[in-house]
Amino acid sequence: MTEPAAKTPAPAGADPVTAGPRRARRRGRTVPVPLLVPALVGLAFLLLPLLALVIRAPWSGLPEQLSSPEVWQALRLSLLCATSATALSLLVGVPLAWLLARTDFPGRGLVRALVTLPLVLPPVVGGVALLLAFGRNGVVGQWLESWFGITLPFTTTGVVLAETFVAMPFLVVSVEGTLRAADPRYEEAATTLGASRFTAFRRVTLPLIAPGIAAGAVLAWARALGEFGATITFAGNFPGRTQTMPLAVYLALQNDPAAAIALSLVLLAVSVAVLAGLRDRWMSAS
Amino acid sequence: MTESAERNAAMDSPGPDQDGHLPADGLDARLVVDRGSFRLDVALTAAPGEVVALLGPNGAGKTTALRALAGLVPLSDGHLRLDGAALERTPPESRPVGVVFQDYLLFPHLTALDNVAFGPRCRGAGRAQARAQAAAWLDRMGLADHAGAKPRRLSGGQAQRVALARALATHPRLLLLDEPLAALDARTRLEVRAQLRRHLAEFEAVAVLVTHDPLDAMVLADRLVVVEDGAVVQEGGPADIARRPRTDYIAQLVGLNLYRGRAEGHTVRLDTGPAVTTTEDLAGPAFVAFPPSAVTLYDARPAGSSARNLWRCEVAGLESHGDQIRVDLTGELPLVADLTTVAAAELGLHPGAPVWATVKATQTHAYPA
Repeated sequence: MTEPAAKTPAPAGADPVTAGPRRARRRGRTVPVPLLVPALVGLAFLLLPLLALVIRAPWSGLPEQLSSPEVWQALRLSLLCATSATALSLLVGVPLAWLLARTDFPGRGLVRALVTLPLVLPPVVGGVALLLAFGRNGVVGQWLESWFGITLPFTTTGVVLAETFVAMPFLVVSVEGTLRAADPRYEEAATTLGASRFTAFRRVTLPLIAPGIAAGAVLAWARALGEFGATITFAGNFPGRTQTMPLAVYLALQNDPAAAIALSLVLLAVSVAVLAGLRDRWMSAS
Repeated sequence: MTESAERNAAMDSPGPDQDGHLPADGLDARLVVDRGSFRLDVALTAAPGEVVALLGPNGAGKTTALRALAGLVPLSDGHLRLDGAALERTPPESRPVGVVFQDYLLFPHLTALDNVAFGPRCRGAGRAQARAQAAAWLDRMGLADHAGAKPRRLSGGQAQRVALARALATHPRLLLLDEPLAALDARTRLEVRAQLRRHLAEFEAVAVLVTHDPLDAMVLADRLVVVEDGAVVQEGGPADIARRPRTDYIAQLVGLNLYRGRAEGHTVRLDTGPAVTTTEDLAGPAFVAFPPSAVTLYDARPAGSSARNLWRCEVAGLESHGDQIRVDLTGELPLVADLTTVAAAELGLHPGAPVWATVKATQTHAYPA
């Protein structure tokens, strides 16, 4: 690409393979150094740890590390719990998001603030709060115990609850945003055709906001998969029952760093796989 | 125009008197919607088969009135009866009302067929039955080939017909159309307007359409209800309204200069001072109107002119209007005049230029206010 050509914008029909016009535009505009340097520092800071993980991975011993049944137990438990927590979040979170987006009731602003509180709350505090609510002597837990014989803390169900508590706000916030952006007049149109509000939601709104729900579900799932603080506080760390991957990684780091790295690599692979799966419909959209 | 005037004359008889005497069938409503700074208070009656247009500027409350009829906006006061049944408290999904929204609001995730079948499904028809009905409606609209198309693949005119089919598929007793042609480009509009007129003529129940376009209103409706600032300012057949506008808004819509004053014989003395000589013989409050094309402009006081309607004005603005120049005049009598481009050039018109304007008495039209 010669200088004069770079300065003249290429005609619309220019060969796209050479990417001439685009490169010309980029070269024509310089990026200010005060923006470029921090940007590169930030990029390096985000990428270096991941790179280190890959560099220091005990690649030769990896097959052996990963073939241990504990790893697969933890991974299976993690996937099961994160998926269950996402399903639970969808079941109650989507209606909650609808309530926040489409109805008007006194104190709605406060309710929204409370819903988003777990987003900023330290997860350990969430775990303590869950214990106080659903623990054996908890506000609700004591009745669950004495009436139904249900014990939640330190069980796999407890893991799901802890993850749901932390992850659901992501879903609610995401779906509420999508609902607010969606045109409520479609619901009105459905109503004038004889649809009840619920039918309008089910047959019109839900399909319209499906991409937003999917995005919210992925966010919630990823958050649940990585959940540590609330889980270890409320559900403990019992291999096979409540020991999810993050707990296993943390525990392994104490006595077998190579295993911790191997487990981390597995989680990294899962994350990359999810990201790749969503790249087209989600990442590029925003 | 003659045809609609005739249709209109036949429709003039029904409608309740002030004591609320009801026609057995059709629409009888007084819609009051209070929104603090804005209050809509519109009385609306229509016989079955009649097409009524709510005409008015943006923000006049037309769409609010339509939404109140559909039940999407609650009434603060007033009443709404359709075929004798009170509907004020009926939720929108239970009203026998069909709506064609301004941008159609076809459900983007459903095919044209499923869009039309949506209403029958919600009203209890089975899936197959609803689809069969929908197919029949699409066929009637000439859209059988597009039954499987998603709304984004339909042209504006096709989407409009799907929306109409969807609204009609529930067999409403009241069909509401919100700016039915506004979303279309000029060429499609002409064609769709003619089709819509045919479909409305076939529709046996009441149709109410909202528009800010006088041409749409006059072509599609039997009767116009002009709404300004939340209140009805004039009501009547298209021809009558075009000939005897009662507000500046309507006068502008139909392209007339309109003034209000007191008539004494052949002279209407305007509230603002000057007088207009007319051929009609009236007494008392009156309107006087004349078209912009009736105005003749001179750059100097016309010598020996016998025209009694002679006013000194100043050019406020010029605008080309087809092959004409529309001149906005201020002065003794603010008015709008249409000139040929040649005449405008010969007069050397420019904003601020002083001119004399005359109108022949025979070109004016006076009527009681």
